[in-house]
Amino acid sequence: MNKTFIIIQREFLSRVKKKTFLLSTILLPILIFGLYGLIIYFSVKGEDNIRVAIVDSKGQLEGKLQSDPSLEFSFLKQADKASLEQDLKDKKYSGYIIMPDSLGKRDSLQYHSRSNVGLMTQGKIERSINKALEKNSLQQMLAPGVTLSQVDSNKTSIDLKIEKSDGKAGNAGFATALGFICGFLIYIVLFIYGSMVMRGVMEEKTNRIAEVMVSSVKPYQLMIGKIVGIGAVGLVQFLIWGVLMMSLQLLLPVIFPEMLDQAGTAGAMAAAGGGKASMVSTILNNMQSVNMAMIIFLFIVYFLGGYLLYSSLFAAVGSAVNEDPQDAQQLMLPITMPIIFAFVIMTQAINNPDGGLAIFGSLFPLTSPIVMMARIPYGVPAWQLILSIALLIGGFLGTTWLAAKIYRTGILMYGKKVTWKELLKWARA
Amino acid sequence: MPLLDVRNLKKHYGAHRAVDDISFSIEPGTIFGLLGPNGAGKTTLLRMITGIFYPDAGQIIFDGRPFKAEEDILRIGYMPEERGLYKKMKIGEQAVYLAQLKGLSKADALEKVKIWFEKFEMQSWWNKKVEDLSKGMGQKLQFVTTVLHEPKLIILDEPFSGLDPVNANLIKEEIYQLAKRGCTVIFSTHRMEQVEEICDQIILVNKGKKILDGTVSGVKQEFKKHQFRIQSEPGAVLPHSAHFSSVSADGAEYVIQITDGSSTNTVLEELIRQQVPIYGFTEILPSLNDIFIRLVEGTQATTRAFQQATT
Repeated sequence: MNKTFIIIQREFLSRVKKKTFLLSTILLPILIFGLYGLIIYFSVKGEDNIRVAIVDSKGQLEGKLQSDPSLEFSFLKQADKASLEQDLKDKKYSGYIIMPDSLGKRDSLQYHSRSNVGLMTQGKIERSINKALEKNSLQQMLAPGVTLSQVDSNKTSIDLKIEKSDGKAGNAGFATALGFICGFLIYIVLFIYGSMVMRGVMEEKTNRIAEVMVSSVKPYQLMIGKIVGIGAVGLVQFLIWGVLMMSLQLLLPVIFPEMLDQAGTAGAMAAAGGGKASMVSTILNNMQSVNMAMIIFLFIVYFLGGYLLYSSLFAAVGSAVNEDPQDAQQLMLPITMPIIFAFVIMTQAINNPDGGLAIFGSLFPLTSPIVMMARIPYGVPAWQLILSIALLIGGFLGTTWLAAKIYRTGILMYGKKVTWKELLKWARA
Repeated sequence: MPLLDVRNLKKHYGAHRAVDDISFSIEPGTIFGLLGPNGAGKTTLLRMITGIFYPDAGQIIFDGRPFKAEEDILRIGYMPEERGLYKKMKIGEQAVYLAQLKGLSKADALEKVKIWFEKFEMQSWWNKKVEDLSKGMGQKLQFVTTVLHEPKLIILDEPFSGLDPVNANLIKEEIYQLAKRGCTVIFSTHRMEQVEEICDQIILVNKGKKILDGTVSGVKQEFKKHQFRIQSEPGAVLPHSAHFSSVSADGAEYVIQITDGSSTNTVLEELIRQQVPIYGFTEILPSLNDIFIRLVEGTQATTRAFQQATT
């Protein structure tokens, strides 16, 4: 078996088998989602089975409010407050509303209850009553013989889609968000996994295993094995996160049907009843228009390219420092600067994806993994993509070559505090 | 045919000549001592033989062919002076991993590790982590990982440091066994008494140059001062003679220096004629330590550091 492969295997397995990996990869997203879910749950969920009594002497609402198992309306023609309070006490109703004889558009209604009402329930009651009142007043304006459903059928829902001259359709808001998320993810990835490589190399050096290792394998194999192994850890971690996110996203509405309900009604209201577009389907539509498969593919390409380019530099730094982490901080600066710089360009590129700075940033290999990801949802000419990827491949071959030379010397060098000037001297040797 | 033939090896770091034109050869099955004070260039020399560094000039012939790091590395076991293992890794896994990197298949590696662990009574350690081991235990593990793949050439840098006498003996026995089975052992150390005990052949390196080469007994013969120890009776008086001079006297023991050209027989004859009672007559050979210090001081090396290391 190839030695590099054996090293990759160890680097990968020793990290994946760690408890912290399991914790951070599987438990963390579940924890976050759980917390998120809990917050929603408590804000959304009041009591089950809310029974609302509506004292509606004029019959304004009777028969026009939809009841469902969790929210039940009952209508009373006549009731006085004292008997209603008694009913509340007897738990016959959860609360009651007394409709005034006439109600202006901005007036408010009083909901009397002995217990708190969840946000969701409150919204639901509000929406039901508003809708009924709206229909009431609308019906009055209609010519005789015209029904509300006839009016509804005339409602239109038009989406504004941006058509660029190259024929690609896009939605600016969605592209911005998607581009930013992708760019930001790569930015984070470079830091997390880059410094993981650096720490791995430092560990080998301070444990003095490096000399044992390089008497069996070439320093280059050791470095590449570490980089690829940790890269694989990163990919697996992302894969797990992706699967978890998706399944949780799908599970969330099942666990909290109210949310979907709200989203549904909100969407319906936005589309004024006629259109069937909900939030979910809007997102789905947008995803189709930006070619999700392409973005995921390019994300992986730039993730790997950027990671390989920077992690070898991080490995070089790791090989040069002794035990003092502060030395590492100092040597890391020239590596972290372009990453941060790329992030700054990316924020510009989101606003102006075809600007000169954005194009430069998305071609230059030190910044392209982050900047290009921000541009892709807007559509990038093919020649720029190809050039950018070619430059990135050239870039990581270059940095790996450079890093390997520094690494070879650094990993066996002890007790000397090194500067970048010295590192470059090693690289030239 | 020597297993290892080093010819005119050179390695410079800038102006500093770490290894400056060193040649030697080692026959198969010998235990070879590489001696020298700190900073003499031993580690650099060993790193070139293990393929970690490329020499600037010179040749290394390994087993009859020019040394090729990639292939020959598999037939070399190297235990560096600074021991190193992955602290968080389980001991069994680590030994198997290092053996795999030396070209063994996983099954082979596993089998060999088990055999060695049994031999050194380390089976119960299998699932322990290296960070939980004592220094001596770590040392044993390091030795096992060095010889596991049955290398033809074993290079040990200070193999006994940090070991208690029992374990040191265990490893010493193992080194003898390996040499008997045809392994060649290069052994770098400061501890002269070990060298005298174990090594067949030694070279002494100082300031990047070889200053001594030979077998242990040959070197001693070369550096002997023709001094003899005579065991006699207290109060015996040694006569003055042209053949020897008295160096010191301690109770019944006398040390004499035989003058050049005289033989031990003439000296003995003279002493017997003078009726000096003689119970013992032995030659005083210099210890390697003495030779060492003499040579190193002679070349004005980093002597002080070295003397501290030996005392």
